[in-house]
Amino acid sequence: MSDRIIGQVKRVNGPVIEVMGITDAHMFELVRVGQENLIGELIKLDSDCAVVQVYEDTSGIAPYAPVYGAGMQLSVELGPGMIGTIYDGIQRPLEAIREMSEIYIKRGITIPSLNREKKWHFIPSVKEGDNISGGTVLGTVQETENILHKILVPPLDKGILESVVPEGDYTVEDVIAVLRTDDSQTKDLFLMHKWPIRVQRPTQQRLPLDVPLITGQRVIDTLFPVAKGGTVAIPGGFGTGKTMTQQALAKWCDADLIVYIGCGERGNEITDVLTEFPKLIDPRSGRSLMERTILIANTSNMPVSAREASIYTGITMAEYFRDQGYDVAVMADSTSRWAEALRELSGRMEEMPAEEGFPAYLPTKIAEFYERAGSMETLNGDSGSVTIIGAVSPPAGDFSEPVTQHTKRFIRCFWGLDRNLANARHYPAISWIDSYSEYLEEMSSWWADQVGAEWLEDRTEIMGLLHKEVRLQQVVKLVGPDALPDTQRFILEVCTLFKNAFLQQNAYDKIDTFSIVEKQAKMLHIIVMYWKRGLQAIKNGTTLIKLRKIKVYQDIVKMKFTIPNENLSGLDKIEARLERSMDQMEALHA
Amino acid sequence: MLEQENRHLLSGREYIGVNKIDGPLIFVSKTHPVGYRELIECVDADGKVRLGIVLESSTDAVVVQIFEGTAGLTLPNTRIRFSGRPLTISVSKDMLGRVFNGLGHPIDGGPPQRSDIELDVNGMAINPTARQYPRDFIQTGISVIDGMNTLIRGQKLPIFSGNGLPHNELAAQIARQAKIRGTDTEFAVVFAAMGVKHDVAQFFIRSFEESGVLENVALFLSLADDPSIERLITPRTALTLAEHLAFNEDMHVLVIMTDMTNYCESLREISTIRGEIPSRKGYPGYLYSDLAELYERSGMIKGHNGSITSLPILTMPNDDISHPIPDLSGYITEGQIVFEREMDGRGIYPPIAGLPSLSRLMKDGIGEGMTREDHPHLASQLFAAYSYVKDVRNLASVIGEEELTPLDHDYLEFGREFEQKFVSQRKDEERSIEQTLNLGWEVLKFLPVEELHRITEEEIEKFYGA
Repeated sequence: MSDRIIGQVKRVNGPVIEVMGITDAHMFELVRVGQENLIGELIKLDSDCAVVQVYEDTSGIAPYAPVYGAGMQLSVELGPGMIGTIYDGIQRPLEAIREMSEIYIKRGITIPSLNREKKWHFIPSVKEGDNISGGTVLGTVQETENILHKILVPPLDKGILESVVPEGDYTVEDVIAVLRTDDSQTKDLFLMHKWPIRVQRPTQQRLPLDVPLITGQRVIDTLFPVAKGGTVAIPGGFGTGKTMTQQALAKWCDADLIVYIGCGERGNEITDVLTEFPKLIDPRSGRSLMERTILIANTSNMPVSAREASIYTGITMAEYFRDQGYDVAVMADSTSRWAEALRELSGRMEEMPAEEGFPAYLPTKIAEFYERAGSMETLNGDSGSVTIIGAVSPPAGDFSEPVTQHTKRFIRCFWGLDRNLANARHYPAISWIDSYSEYLEEMSSWWADQVGAEWLEDRTEIMGLLHKEVRLQQVVKLVGPDALPDTQRFILEVCTLFKNAFLQQNAYDKIDTFSIVEKQAKMLHIIVMYWKRGLQAIKNGTTLIKLRKIKVYQDIVKMKFTIPNENLSGLDKIEARLERSMDQMEALHA
Repeated sequence: MLEQENRHLLSGREYIGVNKIDGPLIFVSKTHPVGYRELIECVDADGKVRLGIVLESSTDAVVVQIFEGTAGLTLPNTRIRFSGRPLTISVSKDMLGRVFNGLGHPIDGGPPQRSDIELDVNGMAINPTARQYPRDFIQTGISVIDGMNTLIRGQKLPIFSGNGLPHNELAAQIARQAKIRGTDTEFAVVFAAMGVKHDVAQFFIRSFEESGVLENVALFLSLADDPSIERLITPRTALTLAEHLAFNEDMHVLVIMTDMTNYCESLREISTIRGEIPSRKGYPGYLYSDLAELYERSGMIKGHNGSITSLPILTMPNDDISHPIPDLSGYITEGQIVFEREMDGRGIYPPIAGLPSLSRLMKDGIGEGMTREDHPHLASQLFAAYSYVKDVRNLASVIGEEELTPLDHDYLEFGREFEQKFVSQRKDEERSIEQTLNLGWEVLKFLPVEELHRITEEEIEKFYGA
């Protein structure tokens, strides 16, 4: 080990180690502990003592064990070879670890994050003498069929290009260009560069958030849409479908790249993604979903401090692809586990706790994380976005706990999961009462261009009905539905129809699992039409029973299953038939 | 540095006299550098040996936790011997059919356990890429489980129960009846009892005996009158054997752990004595990670034939599912089987609450080729209809049954039949999956066909109309 010794272990308490005899260590330095070479990060300095959080199990570490410093911060390697890979919380490739240590993750394994042998076909796009700076595209590597990996100058470098290699095959360690900096130093550039995970990558400026991230999930796109570059929280107790929702989004949302962070969750869920994604076909590119996915897995039984690091590792990778001009979506499942990791480490450092044992800096940390999302103009003038979709697991499903409450302050879109809906197996169990989206207004012009101005009216109409229904249900609970006039009972009818035929979506049905926006808008319009015309008919003297018995009703209920995205003409037919039925009814009572 | 190199020579060194004893914790100062989580032996004045592990190690003092309690120890006459290695147990297939204490020492009067394979009881995290996604349906013969909360081989599915509810009976019935259809693989059962009463342990032993599977069961007992601290190591010992049987001996292992609530209480006890900052209800902040270390040890591994299916039992304090123990468990396990006291009161066995119970792995283990093609939709429809029954019952309790619409009456009828015919069964009754599904259709017939939103027309024709 070429690293210098920076001190010796003084005290071991779980993943937190106190180090004495500190010489020249710096904050957040990457360190290795003991003969076992356990990876850690220096998180506190106090005269000649320091605190290190270790990312592996510390069993067997004893006082006086040497601590080595790596001279740099905990960083990730950014370059070709990340897509389709599964990493642990500190970017060690789990597949490669498996080859070395079989079924269990042994300690002290050092393995490069990016494959050192693999050659990539690099096509340069700059020439000698060019003025280059952070973010300049040196050239490209076709990493997968759909992702053209742009090789960027590291954000902080600047100068004149002294040389660049011709088109050809290179590994991530081959020098591909040499830069002469302003103070006449030369610097080698590679296909990859490193970036510290706790530092946001620089950009030129933030752009407005006015394009929705289309997820194909009707309750989300139609009722509570999120913008590309936006932030969402999905809180819900266990069994309400957080992971199912996250996975559905990872499968179907129209981002170019997905970074899926399994943070302190179940091992089998990661395995599920690993077995399912390669088989699923991205409806837009026609390629396997794995070709646009990076997985970070730090399951609940893996070391808790690496769980703390995993979300920073994920977001840094996402920012790197954003800098190449891509729209990236980050799924963090679950941010509560990350907050608990903070709490555990804070407790072991004997810091003063604030609410429920969480450290007082919890809100700051949450804000820092969500602020790394955004739609940005990148250093090279391109534009890209990072959308963060964070699951929150509130204890006992109680949204008043600190992590949910603080998260709500820093996000702009909230999809609250409802226990009662989940119990009735109504999925996605996103509550239409608790949830909200602040992006709606900014994005309404996009929707108007895409599906017509009616969309916003229809949405407003149906949201109004859903809120009225809550009040009516309270009345029904007291006096029964018979006490209500038909016009009000019809509201209940329409809401039930809307819930069954529109909001509820079957992730396992080939057609229903994903709806394009045009289908959503049409379906919504049909249901709103049934409501408006039906209400008129009731006022003219029709009965509820008759409205329910019109033949087209069953077709409306089943349209989500029967009308495929590729051919929406079936919806026009349903609309026409509905119109005719209503006309007939009107004629009867005229 | 010198001391670091000498560590191996120093291990085995013994210290006479300790500085402080507080509950199960002993503080020793001025030792050689001692490794975190190292195994120690503590010898009292009479020469009796107790085991413990290092909880914290520093240049000033070492904190040691004694598993068998500290009763009778004195400050000057207690000797502590450091072993230089973690707590291990020796494991082998011969352990089936025998009874051990929480540390893996035999208590059935038989010879001590000897084997070449010594494993660290703490285990290691399974690499997620090495896992095999579980999808083999286990038929338990219990309708409400097979039909609506299907158990899958390699799953961790806890029973959330309450005091006085028949969770032990259900666990024993599952252990007795569980089978993979079309194969005659038998389950080896690893049973870990933490702080349960003698009668409960006896009940399980008798039940295994009666069904003739006792030679396939290894029992680890840390009963209510054993030192509470031993409970912390009991499930780890049991799971270490289970891992050996599953991944080295290619066996299918069912692990029953009861009662997880007692385990968590012991964890809280230690945490409080150490003066750690508590989170909810005095439980330590790492309760989630600690439970995950246990639950996540179940599963299946690529390239290995064996599996660990675990069935932890926990009694919810005051029947409160939002209590930290069931709450955190529910976040880790792959579903939960929830008992309802009200159903038990009405004499329904098993008293499994339809709505909060859930099996997360069910979706990939049922349907055509695995159970029957109508299973997914039928289960979904039963859930939806039963959920509405609950609403109707609430409404009926306010406005009276007479005021309900005819449709709501149908639902009430359906609800009664569902509970009496489908859910309810005898403690020795074993139903095949076909029987279970047919029963499901039979009770659905109490509803008009228009109400079956979640079932396809073909299925209605084939199963409902018949």
